[in-house]
Amino acid sequence: MAEITIPIGPQHPALKEPINITLKVEGEVIVEPILRIGYNHRGIEKAMEARSYIQNIYLAERVCGICSHVHSSTLVQGAEELLELEIPRRGLYIRTIFLELERIHSHLLWLGVAAHEVGFDTLFMYTWRDREIVMDLLELISGNRVNYAMNTVGGTRRDINDEQKKKLLKGMDALEERTKYYVKIATTEPTFLKRVEGVGILKKEVAKKLCAVGPTARGSGLRMDIRKDDPYAAYDEIPFEAITSDLCDVMGRTVVRVKELLEAYKIIKYAVNNLPAGEIRKKARRKIPENEILSYTEAPRGELLYYIKSNGTEKPERVKIRTPTLANIPSTIEMLKGGYIADIPIVFAAMDPCIACMDRVILVDKKNNERSMNWEALRRYGIKWYEVKR
Amino acid sequence: MKYPGAMLSEIWRHLIKKPATVLYPLERPQIPENFRGKIEYYDDKCIRCGLCARDCPSGACTMKKFEEDKKPRPVFDLGMCLFCGQCAEVCPKDAISLTKKFEFSTFDKSSLIVE
Amino acid sequence: MSILLEVLYLLVFPGFLFLIAYALFIEYVDRKLYARFQHRVGPPILQPFADIIKLLSKEDLVPKKADRKMVSAIPLFAFAAVITAFLYIPIWFNQSFFSFQGDLIVVLYLLSIPTLALFLAGWHSSNPFSQVGAMRAITQLFAYEVPFFLVLLGPAIIADSWSIIDIVNFQSSNFWLILMMPLGFIVAVIALQGKLERIPFDIPDAETEIVGGLLVEYVGRRLALFRMAIDIEMVVGAALISALFLGGFDAFISVAGLSPLAQFGIGFAAFLVKTLFIVFLLASIRALFARLRIDQMVTFCFKWLAPLSIIQLLLITGVKYMGWF
Repeated sequence: MAEITIPIGPQHPALKEPINITLKVEGEVIVEPILRIGYNHRGIEKAMEARSYIQNIYLAERVCGICSHVHSSTLVQGAEELLELEIPRRGLYIRTIFLELERIHSHLLWLGVAAHEVGFDTLFMYTWRDREIVMDLLELISGNRVNYAMNTVGGTRRDINDEQKKKLLKGMDALEERTKYYVKIATTEPTFLKRVEGVGILKKEVAKKLCAVGPTARGSGLRMDIRKDDPYAAYDEIPFEAITSDLCDVMGRTVVRVKELLEAYKIIKYAVNNLPAGEIRKKARRKIPENEILSYTEAPRGELLYYIKSNGTEKPERVKIRTPTLANIPSTIEMLKGGYIADIPIVFAAMDPCIACMDRVILVDKKNNERSMNWEALRRYGIKWYEVKR
Repeated sequence: MKYPGAMLSEIWRHLIKKPATVLYPLERPQIPENFRGKIEYYDDKCIRCGLCARDCPSGACTMKKFEEDKKPRPVFDLGMCLFCGQCAEVCPKDAISLTKKFEFSTFDKSSLIVE
Repeated sequence: MSILLEVLYLLVFPGFLFLIAYALFIEYVDRKLYARFQHRVGPPILQPFADIIKLLSKEDLVPKKADRKMVSAIPLFAFAAVITAFLYIPIWFNQSFFSFQGDLIVVLYLLSIPTLALFLAGWHSSNPFSQVGAMRAITQLFAYEVPFFLVLLGPAIIADSWSIIDIVNFQSSNFWLILMMPLGFIVAVIALQGKLERIPFDIPDAETEIVGGLLVEYVGRRLALFRMAIDIEMVVGAALISALFLGGFDAFISVAGLSPLAQFGIGFAAFLVKTLFIVFLLASIRALFARLRIDQMVTFCFKWLAPLSIIQLLLITGVKYMGWF
């Protein structure tokens, strides 16, 4: 059969965020997928250079709508390291509790999205309903559902009191019961299994070669988890397991995420029960001495990386952000190869893409692309185009 | 055991339960105690230090000179505010606080200015 | 007088007006049940009606590349076909308005027309998504139509008649045929779900894969007509299955000596209860499953539904041959 090229995106109703997938297909089978990114450059790194570290915490939180705490944690962790600051243990524990609460809400959200992509809307509604439990807990402690603003250089901004502790433990129990039910559903419902088993295969060696991160790598049996490999916050004191699965397909990634949810409940319960007494934050200097640092954490989607270069002032000289989605793009291309067109949404969703947080660079090739135009030229072109239409 | 329709008992059980949806304007959501809502500014406590404007990440808080005042005092534009609470945190005299109010959508931009 | 009565039958009850009202109500019931299964609130009762009114008042757009005449004519075809199909299904005692020997076959064929119309609609919209959807719809058609036809022949064989009213009368004098062929009933409901293109068979308009699929280019009153046609198809399908397997208007009550009004009331109530029961089953199926892939759907139909319906048919012919009925 002849090869056909199908372009999907960057504007496409089935895509939530702008990305271009050009597919070479033979019938329903994908021969060669080409991904093009860079449609959503927001200039966040440049904006960070113009703001102080304190202001950047809130900007970093807004890199991603789902994993906001992990971004600010990575930033303040880097800044604290540059200041050689010893953070009070209570502050670290609260930070860890929030990191895990965020992982719970992100993974539950993902489970819902994955169910929706395969048309299983009932599971989608149930998971998102139960996600409200963790959202309410986040709001209860931090005062907001999404951008918690809990971090500051030197610790956390808000404490957890006894009543909140009780509610946290109660919420975790309720979620654990529900999650066990979803594990049962996701592993026994045949129509769901048919759509996720053997779909989007990524072999262990390939995942290693393409530097996959997070649940995508762990779903291919690659044991890499920054929380274990290089513990940050309070992860070195809290017992937990790094979940892996050898299934290497979308099912493997689902299993990893769902089991990580169960681990997260354990971590939170342990952290709440063993919350050390004392201060939650230390006063930090505003000016950060000249140095550079690479700070990384395990975001719900995988390894998140911040490079910070300071110059002795209140503002950073350079901040580089590498989000896990970018690291997983090469593996996604590998997963799509040889699959069906109908499987694109679920395979693509399986890496939990967040295009808006990923795009750092926009590439304008003026030499080879004569269609690039400035604002004035675009305006004139628009007027002309509509005149011809009329 | 893999059989189709694993959720059957669950969905039929939900038929008689009260829906989880909060019908917002009719039912009020529970707002927690330390919610970060509309900013309140107490002029009598303010010492015009300008720390809030310096730390505001979005430029919602600016120092504005009024005729009756000697020094400029902070003005908040809620249209730009992120509700991070950094201004309230950094304020040495607790002249700024975040309330539980959250409904201020409007057609009139001037109603979003807190002085 | 009889002509006037026939016009009344056609336009008001149980024809045009009643059918539209009931179809919108059925859509409401389906959506409400689906929502409640998912622990949501669901739409208010007039929501489907409001949707149709909104669509009717919308701007009329036809894609430039599309064939205007075809795009306008196809929804009418679908709409007319399903409305006609309903006229042959008895909804109260012995009132078989346009019944004749072989109306079962006519209803089955009329019920196939909406899918074909959807295919043409998708194909003539000249949109890649709707064309993919059209191809999927026609592929699916061959998969579910075979078992659907096969199982619906069972009641006809037992009752020795190709007329729906005869089959219903047979059931009210003997027993409901679901007792004899539960397998056939299950296959029929599943195949009807495929016919209506709902989860797990909503492959032609898979929202997350090909956006809206078939009807992606349809707006305004044409979309309204299509939606009405699909709603009415659901009523007709539910009514057909209830007539063939659940005894139609039969309600275990002897109506011989009652007044015509009471007869009508009992029969009509039975019709409503039974169609709503089938809609309840359809909504449950919709809430229970994930969407299949087109190859999995075809495999499922030919590997499970078709053999099951053939087994059912063989059993029925065996029973008939032995002379037990």
